[in-house]
Amino acid sequence: MKSLHTTILTLLLLATAGCSSKSTAPTEGAILNVNLGAEVQDLDPHIVTGVPEHRATSALFEGLTDLNPATMEAIPAAATSWEVSEDKTVYTFHLRKEAMWSNGDAVTAHDFAYAWRRMLTPALGAEYAYLLYILKNAQAYHEGALTDFDEVGVKVVDDYTLEVTLAAPTPYFITSHIHYAWYPLHQATIEAHGAIHDRGTKWTRVENFVGNGAFILTEWAPNEVMTLAKNPRYWNRNAVKLDGINFYPIDDLQTEERSFRSGDLHVTEDIPLHRIQVYQAENPAVLKLAPYLGVYYYRINVTKPPFDDKRVRQAFSMALNREVICRDVMKAGEAPAFTYVPPNCGTYTSAAPLKYDPEAAKALLTEAGYPNGEGLPKVEMLYNTSDNHKRIAEAMQNIWKQNLGTDAVRLLNQDWKVYLSSMNALDYQMARSGWIADVVDPINFLECFLSNSGNNRTGFKSPAYDALIEQAYIEPDIDKRNAVMQEAEAILLDEAVIIPIYFYTRKFLMATEVKGYIDNPLGYMRWEDFYLETIDAEGKV
Amino acid sequence: MLHYILRRLFTLIPVLWAIITITFFLVRLAPGGPFDNERQVSAQTMKQLEAAYNLDAPLYQQYLDYLSGVVHGDFGPSFKKPSRSVVEWIQLRFPVSIELGFYALLVALTIGLSAGLLAALRPNSMTDYGPMSLAMIGICIPNFVLGPLLVLVFALWLDWLPVAGWRQPDEKILPAITLGAAYAAYIARLTRGGMLEILAQDFIRTARAKGLGEGAVILKHGLRGGIQPVISFLGPAAAGLLTGSFVVEHIFQVPGLGREFIEAAFNRDYTMIIGSVLVYATVVMMLNLLADLIHAWLDPRIRTA
Repeated sequence: MKSLHTTILTLLLLATAGCSSKSTAPTEGAILNVNLGAEVQDLDPHIVTGVPEHRATSALFEGLTDLNPATMEAIPAAATSWEVSEDKTVYTFHLRKEAMWSNGDAVTAHDFAYAWRRMLTPALGAEYAYLLYILKNAQAYHEGALTDFDEVGVKVVDDYTLEVTLAAPTPYFITSHIHYAWYPLHQATIEAHGAIHDRGTKWTRVENFVGNGAFILTEWAPNEVMTLAKNPRYWNRNAVKLDGINFYPIDDLQTEERSFRSGDLHVTEDIPLHRIQVYQAENPAVLKLAPYLGVYYYRINVTKPPFDDKRVRQAFSMALNREVICRDVMKAGEAPAFTYVPPNCGTYTSAAPLKYDPEAAKALLTEAGYPNGEGLPKVEMLYNTSDNHKRIAEAMQNIWKQNLGTDAVRLLNQDWKVYLSSMNALDYQMARSGWIADVVDPINFLECFLSNSGNNRTGFKSPAYDALIEQAYIEPDIDKRNAVMQEAEAILLDEAVIIPIYFYTRKFLMATEVKGYIDNPLGYMRWEDFYLETIDAEGKV
Repeated sequence: MLHYILRRLFTLIPVLWAIITITFFLVRLAPGGPFDNERQVSAQTMKQLEAAYNLDAPLYQQYLDYLSGVVHGDFGPSFKKPSRSVVEWIQLRFPVSIELGFYALLVALTIGLSAGLLAALRPNSMTDYGPMSLAMIGICIPNFVLGPLLVLVFALWLDWLPVAGWRQPDEKILPAITLGAAYAAYIARLTRGGMLEILAQDFIRTARAKGLGEGAVILKHGLRGGIQPVISFLGPAAAGLLTGSFVVEHIFQVPGLGREFIEAAFNRDYTMIIGSVLVYATVVMMLNLLADLIHAWLDPRIRTA
């Protein structure tokens, strides 16, 4: 009986495999050409800070868990399974025994503990170290208040068991491991080229590099190409369909698009706005537009007139027709933002969305002493130099002129670093801003406006808001936690500290023969899923 | 002559020192620092980063440390791309700029000299107006227009050449033409002007009178004097090609120093900025010196003076 069962099952599998091979035959020896949009700063996961670096390192390293882009849930990676304590603060990870570094060494719990210790070593100055603050005592260790790493919530139980204690229950912890801040590192390799706190050592050079990801580094010609090959030691190598990936650092949007058109690239990082409609009309199959977990907004300096008056801030926010901006300026299917936290952020839904109401806005402005915008002092909209930002700012200026009757709004563009320095010094009135989530959790957005956050930059200080966020940090119940965050977001929106404008769309080009990518709000590309489809002479798959 | 060269080389040192000093303090005056970002790091992390790069020391101390590094050939780490030191970045990327500049100069000289000669031989004819009009257009079209235009025609329509890159020989053609075009146009005009002036002189009439063939008159007697203005222009042109390649490097994604320099300026990558400025300053001065020497070699009046 059992053998019959097995035979039928095998036959069925063979049959389905036979069917599917017709529609999805992966090309043998395929190399995927991907543009990263910029040269990577480095390949050291503790030094880098950007998206290009994330794309490259995610092919070269693997964290405890990976993310299923379809469900946005954690799936086993370096860890095969894990248990969570009742109070959701202690995670016990069981590591995969067959997992190997690219040099043949076993990937063990020590590699994770070492990596996290390095990340939190103050002298290293890792910019993303704060992401690890969810570990118990990690912040104290990173800020130097604690010098014994044994007190940080990372414990190597044995070579293949890692016990992690969190400072508070953190629902997004388990899906965080796709971020490079959490990758393991090969201690012997790091230490062969410098001390634990040395930045920019030679361990990331091709000849020295050791990773545990699905791909290995075979060439790195800075500003030309980075070549990766399938890692023959990767535990799940049989599931990896590509033979390699070429990462290009093309930083010019037009050149990138031309390279795609000429067939040199399979996947781009972005697309020039003016080409979107062309592709929509002529070649929609290659155009990828998907919601992205990020928000474009203007922040308001609440310490300077006229925006020290809440009613003026509210009036400007209420008078803004966001639909027009999305429809006529952006054109890539961006959703108008009436909340700060984007809609696709896990189980969370914003409770108090803003309204577009020009009449009420006028009334508020009159109440504040500026009937029909008369007497309103000059208002400067600060943005960093870019055509897109300029077009949006011009649209906003026009809308305000129509809806509030004011001519007082002026545009002011500054070079990137000058703009940042103006914002940090609160030397602005309203400034273009954006936030793209590191993890799928509203707290990642909301904690930016804590009174003491470096990302606040508005002068907004609310003890009530801070208290709610602190409460959200420790609340174990998901529903209650969401409710607390809703309350906090409502304060932020009611105070009109920010004017949300639209939620980002990730827009890029991908050749039709590229398969295996699944749209997801983090824009995460799980390279081991990618493959190229063979197309025969008759154009059939 | 040797004495002259040595004296010129010796004056480079104080000039370079002045350039380092001015650049060092100027970049610090610019608002925003290397580690400012949209995601602002905590004050704590900022302190750690500054400590890691010696940015927490008093400014004069940083300056002295930097100077002592430069004397020992160490230009410091790159803040923004720490995978390599500034010296390594320059070693990687300046040769690419030199290569691009060299090809562009070849393009400029080949096209410019032949067009200029052609125009000068039959002034005010079609062979004059044709090349000179083209030259005028060449000077007027900025390379950020010419580059994408060439790509459109030769890469996307005709599919003869690649869109961008610098790894294959055929990838180097369009960037070289784009960068060299304006210089070719300039050289063509200079050649024409120089040749016309020389060809009207008495010794040319003498050469013709004594029965010398037209080819020998033009190439042997005419050209030597006629290209004097071109020679004078070569120094600034070479310097311009090497230091002004940023736009072309950007359009064609050529991994040269021009792009690195501009990126560094935007990123406030202090060490990378000063390193690139030093390279560029040295190049400009050396090329000017070289042009002066060639000039002296060609023109005996300058040599004796």
